[in-house]
Amino acid sequence: MNKLSQKHLLQLFTLLLAALTVSSLFVGSNPIPIVQALLESFSDDPSIFAIILTEVRLPRTLIAVIVGATLGASGAAMQGLLRNPLASPGLIGSASGAALGAVIVLYFGLVSLFSLALPLGGIIGSLFATLLVYLLSGRQAGTVTLILAGVAVNALTLAMISLLLNLAPSPYAVQEIVLWMLGSLANHSLDDLWVMLPGTLLGWALLLGCGRKLDALTLGEETAQSMGINLFRLRWRVFLAVALAVGSAISVTGSIGFIGLVVPHLLRPLVGYQPGRLMTVSALGGAILLLAADISVRLLPGSTEINVGVITSLVGAPFFLYLILKTRRYQL
Amino acid sequence: MRLLEGHNLSLSLGGRPILKQVDLSLAKGEMLGLIGPNGAGKTTLLRLLAGLVMPDEGRLQLEQQPYHAIDVESRAKKIAYLSQSGTAHWPLTVERLIELGRIPHLGSWQKPNQQDEVIIRDIMLQTDTQHLKERSFDTLSGGERARVLLARALVTEPDILLADEPVAALDPAHQLDVMALLQRHCSGGGSVVVVLHDLSLATHYCHRLQLLLEGAVVAVGSAVEVLTESNLKLAYQITARPALSTSRLFPLNWQKIED
Repeated sequence: MNKLSQKHLLQLFTLLLAALTVSSLFVGSNPIPIVQALLESFSDDPSIFAIILTEVRLPRTLIAVIVGATLGASGAAMQGLLRNPLASPGLIGSASGAALGAVIVLYFGLVSLFSLALPLGGIIGSLFATLLVYLLSGRQAGTVTLILAGVAVNALTLAMISLLLNLAPSPYAVQEIVLWMLGSLANHSLDDLWVMLPGTLLGWALLLGCGRKLDALTLGEETAQSMGINLFRLRWRVFLAVALAVGSAISVTGSIGFIGLVVPHLLRPLVGYQPGRLMTVSALGGAILLLAADISVRLLPGSTEINVGVITSLVGAPFFLYLILKTRRYQL
Repeated sequence: MRLLEGHNLSLSLGGRPILKQVDLSLAKGEMLGLIGPNGAGKTTLLRLLAGLVMPDEGRLQLEQQPYHAIDVESRAKKIAYLSQSGTAHWPLTVERLIELGRIPHLGSWQKPNQQDEVIIRDIMLQTDTQHLKERSFDTLSGGERARVLLARALVTEPDILLADEPVAALDPAHQLDVMALLQRHCSGGGSVVVVLHDLSLATHYCHRLQLLLEGAVVAVGSAVEVLTESNLKLAYQITARPALSTSRLFPLNWQKIED
């Protein structure tokens, strides 16, 4: 893939994302006159349409973009770091750890104490679970070891979440936690966006600039080290970045699986398999995919809206199976 | 001037001594061959020189400066390491893979400029890899891979190239090609430390040989000084056949056909 088409790819994705972002503002359970709403949203006495636009659809759209981009870029970074196409925030514990951290915060009602408690819980849980998987699988982990460690840690976090559900004081609290776990972009305010933004932006900033180093890792850890890459620092940087970004994002929206696995995998051939380039493209691709999924959820008929996390898992899980079958041929 | 100098280098891994008080020196423009039986510590010594492991004891200096006083980024510009089991974890194209060798010279955001491109093209010509440039690494033969990975190390334009058995996967002609490339690197002012099992190639191409056995240096010097009857017996339990060692010790039995 030459440089020109690389540029075109980014342009195409940006255009696509812009188009989806605009159409996302148009789609909802009630049709609203967008132009009128837009004009009125700046007035002192906004109409109901303006309120729907600025306080329902806008946050929903922006959150979808940020969460999608976070998951896409984190997946690409993780796969590059571990040189493993099956690594993703969902499989190596980052997402489930974030879920556990968030559930603990919800359970003990820490959100009422300070608003950043939720992302903070997500970040800590995410970092903890990721490190646990990494320590369990060891430095030179093959695909199988890594996945097994991921399975173990995911099971552990799930068990702990179940325990909390079990001990929950009221059925109402249980329902709240379960609904949160299903992963949804609906019913979020701009406040939620502000809550997730610091962590995600910090995570992105840390990931930026890792590209060259992840490229070098293509040649293996020792060669990369001989090329001046401080592996210890790089590992911590990526783990921390993913924990910050995914932890903040997931703690607000609930579990949204498989974006971080599917997107980098699909886009890798388009960037000539270069891990560095893959991160930017995957961020755009993740945002596009999640936004598209969320729009389709809104378009589905029926009185109960299906949570977008359910959709991504329904599509993502078979894709994961396909990946395992494909990988099995030459890697295991 | 001694480019690289090691004194009294010792290293144990998992309680087992791997290197025992090894001395080593490398001059500018010199090709030093590390030889010795399997498990003698050749690869470990090379990894030590690459800065991938630290010696338990001893002193290692690059241009009179101790290793730990040089930051890894600037060391990476001066020393390139070509590992024995070199591979690529993603199927990059050959051109992109070789380009990775410029990373030590580039900042996090810098793209390879025209000068880098010239170096890359030049090395690809030398290593006979330019016709492979659009191929993805995983479709290459063993010999092609070895040349591509060597090209990757050479585009770094290192003062010192550390090569661990660079000819192990190659047919006779490409073995000679690779050794000639290493020689060319030396005549261009670079230095090479190369681990070899082929004593003929070692004799023919290296300026000096260093024979390791069980982590210790048995002999160091010219091929004639090192590959003596007693050393061969001690290190390898072999003896050179009289017919082959009449004119010269370990002659090369073939050469490339010049066209």
